[in-house]
Amino acid sequence: MTPAEIISVVEERFAGAIAAKKADAMDPWVSIEPSRLVEVCLFLRDGPRLRFELLNCISGVDYLEPEPKKAAKAGFEPHTEVVYHLQSFTHRHRFTLKVILPRWKDYQPGQLPEVPSVANVWATADWHEREVYDLSGVWFTGHPNLTRILLAEDWEGYPLRKDYEYPLEYHGIRCR
Amino acid sequence: MGWLEGRWEEGFVTTTLERAINWARESSLWPMTFGLACCAIEMMATGGPRYDIDRFGAGAFRATPRQADLMIVAGTVNHKMAARVRRLYNQMPDPKFVIAMGACTCGGGPYYKYGYNVVKGVDLVVPVDVYVPGCPPRPEALLEGLMRIQDKVRAMKDLTKGQPMDIPIPHRSGAALLPEEVATPEKANEFAVKNKDLARPAKA
Repeated sequence: MTPAEIISVVEERFAGAIAAKKADAMDPWVSIEPSRLVEVCLFLRDGPRLRFELLNCISGVDYLEPEPKKAAKAGFEPHTEVVYHLQSFTHRHRFTLKVILPRWKDYQPGQLPEVPSVANVWATADWHEREVYDLSGVWFTGHPNLTRILLAEDWEGYPLRKDYEYPLEYHGIRCR
Repeated sequence: MGWLEGRWEEGFVTTTLERAINWARESSLWPMTFGLACCAIEMMATGGPRYDIDRFGAGAFRATPRQADLMIVAGTVNHKMAARVRRLYNQMPDPKFVIAMGACTCGGGPYYKYGYNVVKGVDLVVPVDVYVPGCPPRPEALLEGLMRIQDKVRAMKDLTKGQPMDIPIPHRSGAALLPEEVATPEKANEFAVKNKDLARPAKA
């Protein structure tokens, strides 16, 4: 199926769940309301015409221009995206899902934005979600074991956020 | 050996015990099998037949720190690894030497500015004897570093470097029962700072 067909199939089934779409991008994508992500993913995996058996990766993207002078020209409002790249071996097609979130839950700094976990849909998502949580600071509700995967357990902050402050010291070791 | 020279038959050598021990020691420096990143590939090449670190008696890569004299820190050390590096160093028997191999271990290297998780030089974690710069260093450079270690061994006056028994401080996790003075990370830090001078290597 072409990306446009996939988008129309998803739109037909989940009319209210689609927040935005872009069919002419290099990777055509639709963005999904976080509350309905799991059912959309189940449909994408099990729908006979779709059969997305493989989740290639989950990426966390932080849209923020920390410099106030450049922020006006940045061309986007500050927000966080979680991007899911899907692939089907049966039908040999690809698709991209996005979930667009505020940078902090309820715009309260320190409160992580929440997305339902898809670890029960694709087992691959388990570690990918841990990595996104570790580096970008997105909380996946319903994840079986959401702990840091790369950094130490007691690390503070989320390093791939644009406003991350580098630590000066970690357990007695100077950091700069 | 001055007046003792030439008093015995041929093939009989006189020397001091110190020099004999140092000679034996420098000719069989056993490194630890310990590669962290891409520098380890170069270290393996140095151990292979083309560069052949065995020529210097340092080819017996030991799989345990308790049998090793030399720690070649080959590769980027990050904060999660730093505690383990220190622990392995603590487990080595006393006359122990450290080569910091590569730009990352010498001072952070390419990760100096934006590497949020990279230790800016392994000398912040363990005392380093010889720095081998390069990204990664050629095997010849590592062999040169090894020869400088051998120079240090040859010049040693004492049998040991006089380093105190160092208590391993696991700061991250694990259910080890620790002595009172290192029970919490804060106390452990204080203890390490207080005993910093003792942990420094004696001038070889």
